[in-house]
Amino acid sequence: MTVAVNPTQTGEPVFYLADEHPHPEGYSTSLGFWIYLMSDCLIFAILFATFGVLGGNYAAGPAPKDLFELPLVAVNTSMLLLSSITYGFAMLTMQQNKIGQTQMWLAITGLFGAAFIGIELSEFAHMIHEGATPQRSAFLSAFFTLVGTHGLHVTCGLIWLVTLMVQVWKFGLIEANRRRLMCLSMFWHFLDVVWIGVFTFVYLLGVLR
Amino acid sequence: MSGLLRRSYPLAPQRKLILTRLGPVSRLKILALLPLAVALSGCNYVVLAPAGDIAAQQRDLVIISTVLMLLIVVPVMALTVLFAWRYRQSNTEARYEPEWDHSTSLELVIWSAPLLIIVCLGALTWMGTHLLDPYRTLGRIHADRAVDQSKAPLEVDVVALDWKWLFIYPDYGIATVNDLAAPVDRPINFHITASSVMNSFYIPALAGQIYAMPGMETKLHAVVNQAGTYRGFSANYSGAGFSGMHFNFQGLDDKGFDAWIANAKSGGGSLGRAEYLQLEKPSQNEPVRRYGTVDSDLYRLILNMCVETGKMCQSEMMAIDAKGGLGHEGLNNTLPLAYDKYARRGTALGPEPAFVAGTCTPDAPQGKTTASIAAPVDTAPLLGAGLKRPTFTPLKSSSFFLGQRPKSDS
Amino acid sequence: MSPDVLKLIFGRLTFESLPLHEPIVVATFAVVATGGLVMLAGLTYFRLWGYLWSEWFTSVDHKRIGIMYMILGIVMLLRGFADALMMRLQQALAFGGSEGYLNAHHYDQVFTAHGVIMIFFVAMPLVTGLMNFVVPLQIGARDVSFPFLNNFSFWMTVGGAVLVMASLFIGEFARTGWLAYPPLSNIGYSPDVGVDYYIWGLQVAGVGTTLSGINLICTIVKLRCPGMTMMRMPVFTWTALCTNVLIVASFPVLTVVLALLSLDRYVGTNFFTNDFGGSPMMYVNLIWIWGHPEVYILVLPAFGIFSEVTSTFSGKRLFGYTSMVYATVVITILSYLVWLHHFFTMGSGASVNSFFGITTMIISIPTGAKMFNWLFTMYRGRIRFELPMMWTIAFMLTFVLGGMTGVLLAVPPADFVLHNSLFLIAHFHNVIIGGVVFGAFAGIGYWFPKAFGFKLDPFWGKLSFWFWVTGFYLAFMPLYVLGLMGVTRRLRVFDDPSLQIWFIVAGIGAFLVFLGILSMLMQFAVSFLRREQLKDVTGDPWDARTLEWATSSPPPAYNFAFTPVVHDNDAWWDMKRRGYQRPLLGFKPIHMPSSTGTGIILAGFATAMGFGLIWYIWWLAAASFIAMLAVGIGHTFNYHRDFDIPADDVIRTEDARTKLLAGAK
Repeated sequence: MTVAVNPTQTGEPVFYLADEHPHPEGYSTSLGFWIYLMSDCLIFAILFATFGVLGGNYAAGPAPKDLFELPLVAVNTSMLLLSSITYGFAMLTMQQNKIGQTQMWLAITGLFGAAFIGIELSEFAHMIHEGATPQRSAFLSAFFTLVGTHGLHVTCGLIWLVTLMVQVWKFGLIEANRRRLMCLSMFWHFLDVVWIGVFTFVYLLGVLR
Repeated sequence: MSGLLRRSYPLAPQRKLILTRLGPVSRLKILALLPLAVALSGCNYVVLAPAGDIAAQQRDLVIISTVLMLLIVVPVMALTVLFAWRYRQSNTEARYEPEWDHSTSLELVIWSAPLLIIVCLGALTWMGTHLLDPYRTLGRIHADRAVDQSKAPLEVDVVALDWKWLFIYPDYGIATVNDLAAPVDRPINFHITASSVMNSFYIPALAGQIYAMPGMETKLHAVVNQAGTYRGFSANYSGAGFSGMHFNFQGLDDKGFDAWIANAKSGGGSLGRAEYLQLEKPSQNEPVRRYGTVDSDLYRLILNMCVETGKMCQSEMMAIDAKGGLGHEGLNNTLPLAYDKYARRGTALGPEPAFVAGTCTPDAPQGKTTASIAAPVDTAPLLGAGLKRPTFTPLKSSSFFLGQRPKSDS
Repeated sequence: MSPDVLKLIFGRLTFESLPLHEPIVVATFAVVATGGLVMLAGLTYFRLWGYLWSEWFTSVDHKRIGIMYMILGIVMLLRGFADALMMRLQQALAFGGSEGYLNAHHYDQVFTAHGVIMIFFVAMPLVTGLMNFVVPLQIGARDVSFPFLNNFSFWMTVGGAVLVMASLFIGEFARTGWLAYPPLSNIGYSPDVGVDYYIWGLQVAGVGTTLSGINLICTIVKLRCPGMTMMRMPVFTWTALCTNVLIVASFPVLTVVLALLSLDRYVGTNFFTNDFGGSPMMYVNLIWIWGHPEVYILVLPAFGIFSEVTSTFSGKRLFGYTSMVYATVVITILSYLVWLHHFFTMGSGASVNSFFGITTMIISIPTGAKMFNWLFTMYRGRIRFELPMMWTIAFMLTFVLGGMTGVLLAVPPADFVLHNSLFLIAHFHNVIIGGVVFGAFAGIGYWFPKAFGFKLDPFWGKLSFWFWVTGFYLAFMPLYVLGLMGVTRRLRVFDDPSLQIWFIVAGIGAFLVFLGILSMLMQFAVSFLRREQLKDVTGDPWDARTLEWATSSPPPAYNFAFTPVVHDNDAWWDMKRRGYQRPLLGFKPIHMPSSTGTGIILAGFATAMGFGLIWYIWWLAAASFIAMLAVGIGHTFNYHRDFDIPADDVIRTEDARTKLLAGAK
């Protein structure tokens, strides 16, 4: 069909492809999502830096050791870590094309995530009730903002998770949905990694400070 | 009395003194700039012809750096014009080599030429920045005069207010608004802070600027070598009254300075905490004011943002924070704040504004300000003049790197 | 209605917020409104709404989005330049006891708006627009990686611009300087809506910029045509890649800093307050960690444009391609290590200051190498002085001066005497106008025939060029001089009468630049009217070298009928030299993304949310946010986002071009 211009020995044109090779859908998505995650990582980096600078400015108010309840935070951490594991299971079952099990693991992930958010909110509510509001000191401002931004990300992840579950339910494990689940998976694990940073630098080192 | 007379001097006399005042090296440099100077005569190039030793050295750096860079900038500009002209399309006699796109030797030159300049400039920058660090006490008062150790430096506390300058002379117990004076050839140590927003304290004839920031102290060491009246102002935009936030700085002889102090003292008026709180309210284009007496703790209270009674001082707060805060007991240690300085209003979604209440007497702010940096022995290395000739004896051990430097500058 | 209900509905927006008592603003509004109405009426009369909506606003075609970015940049240039003229006039008048014609309330808004608009809504759209238009063509791609995102990014930028423009007529803009340093920008000292306009204008636009950065990185990394290795990419694409890396690695910082400032302002946290342990210095550090890379975000693509232009109009390969690429990459990395040079005077120690001073100087080494590379590209060339080349020569002569004063300012003790002075103002206008603006104009002149199929009129272009260049020198050389006299920036009134003459000269310069802008608009109009005479049917009016010139002008929606294969740095030059024949047969259907209105709708809601937050109209903010979420999620339920251009259409388009080309011969 193709009329080769400037053909090489093999008859293929030199300066163009005779056949149309469209890039598969979502060809750039995982790279793009990675770059997005890195930019998000930078957001957290700045918040960590802010906490690092202001974290000791209690304004003659309470310090981390007066406020943080490590056992509760430990429970919270385990919620998030478990949710990462269950998301992993969801991805494994997705690869085996088991829609029902995928949905189940996604739902469990969502429940763990919701539990995490619930515990975090109750921790915040408790602190604010005590008077340790974000306005009390620069340390508290930085704390609430860093942890709150993480919580906001998890909330977005939850909304996304629910949306995806609906989409999987409606359209099945089609290529597009698999790609989306993959992206959410990266997002979810990324939040886990960030939380490990939060747990270490904010809570553990805070109490030791 | 004489202070008042001096104040009425126009800014002009200083210009006539430029050439006589400069050392031989500087004079040469000014000569190099002569064409420019002629074209622009009649103007007060205070940055190029300052009246203080620090500013003069900074000026020298400006000129040396410029000359260094011109070494490469001028050829580049000349080549641009030359090539553009020579290789224009209509000039068919010029060589045309459309495929020529690489030459290793040329590449070496075009990377190393700027590199060499930057190496020189970098060395100059490192030396100059350390020697002219505004936090460093002076080592000399003029290119050829050392500091007179018998005279104590003049201490001046500077507070940038909205929108005027407060100067406190702790050694003389006086304070002025928008009026600054110092004796010629006596080192001046400025301690600089601000009451509300960031400003920049700048007297171009005296020395480079430094920010004035609330709750923080910056320092500037300078000396004025030439009697006269110079302009000082804020060099960092600070709000509506910024344009009017300037003052006259007078370099006076010792007698004149004593008279100026006496004049301020006899003027009466006292600046205590209550008066300060009145004074710091925003106002524009303030006239000169003088206070015969001043609360000796006032500057430290301003610096620690606790002039208002009942408010905890920054230094105390920082000491408490360093020990781990006040725990839950500290949570409610805040009092409602009517105004943060002058305009603070509650945020839309947050609680009413508040401040941290003091737990001990606010008259005694604790904590030290930053340690001072010793004077350099000699600032000649800045110009490359006083540097020791490198020794050519072979090195025996690593002591060259680890041992004492031949001439310490700090 | 009771005040409480009114407050619930309108927040703090009242009739007093409208500047009805300000004759200047009212007159401006009248002009803008009349112009807007005439335009709307015209659009309605000529029934262009449907066309605009379906062919432009909802288009995901990178070329159209690029063109829309350019239009946004040029429109905002008029606003930003009006501010500049007002400032020049004020400073030329306010002597000898005169207050000028602007009070502090106005003047402070004018210089803030000038800076914000020129950087975010003029320079950024011009640069992004050129990258959007050119990069996919240069790498032989059909579109960007994420076409919908591209459309969304553009409309977010527009949303930010709309908010900033709205501040002119509803309420006021910030009076803080373009970087809004706290404590001045905090609620205690700026309780009005100005800083909120600033924050939300930049946040909305910033989202767009970040996403467009991600998009273009992916495009360049993933969608290059076969044969185009990294080291065969055109230099403009290289600079675009580095610029977008800088965008992605710096705009999140801006987002966070502004978010923290808005938390301070809205809920009373203590990040940048004086009391309660806050630290305004941290804001200054953080914003410059974004701010310095931003400078290179703007100037790197300009360097790329000059590289393309120099090589094309010298009829010669670019000298030192490899060192050019490495220089670009080195600048990209180093631009993160210099931010502190913007505030040497904050009192950091001498070692810190000299570290940042020296890193700053080091940047001048790769920049200098680039300068030499352009120089040696011209060497032994055959230089055609078309307009883009004229801008390039003007750039080379101007930029070295700006670079020199920049390195001078990087010497901390020199900075102590020149910081915040008019010398600094002259310096950065010298590099931004001499580099970015001249670069954008060179790019516009260079790629305009590619975008529209006819060249720009050279007469008005040259007129504009000479007005701009002489105007620039007249406007900014006096500022260097004034800086050496110790005159600081942002002053509204002066009392030393000897300074006035310099400000008058600068004002004349600004007026010449104004004539330059008018000539440029005239150039567009005249070129459009004379489009038949200026027509280019070859698609390669400059005898250029890179792939974008291989296709028709304007390029078809699919850019290339067949995906090109590249064998050389100067791909199109290589094709021409080796006797490439355009394929005439064998066309296949082409897979392309479909247009969507989601981007403009989402950006509209984001803008409405920003407006609600600025005026404390909480219901509007909440409703817009929910709507945004719903539309966004709804969009993900659409799985059919692309279509095939049938082979017949491709054949028709290509045959038409074949006929045109035959007619041209």
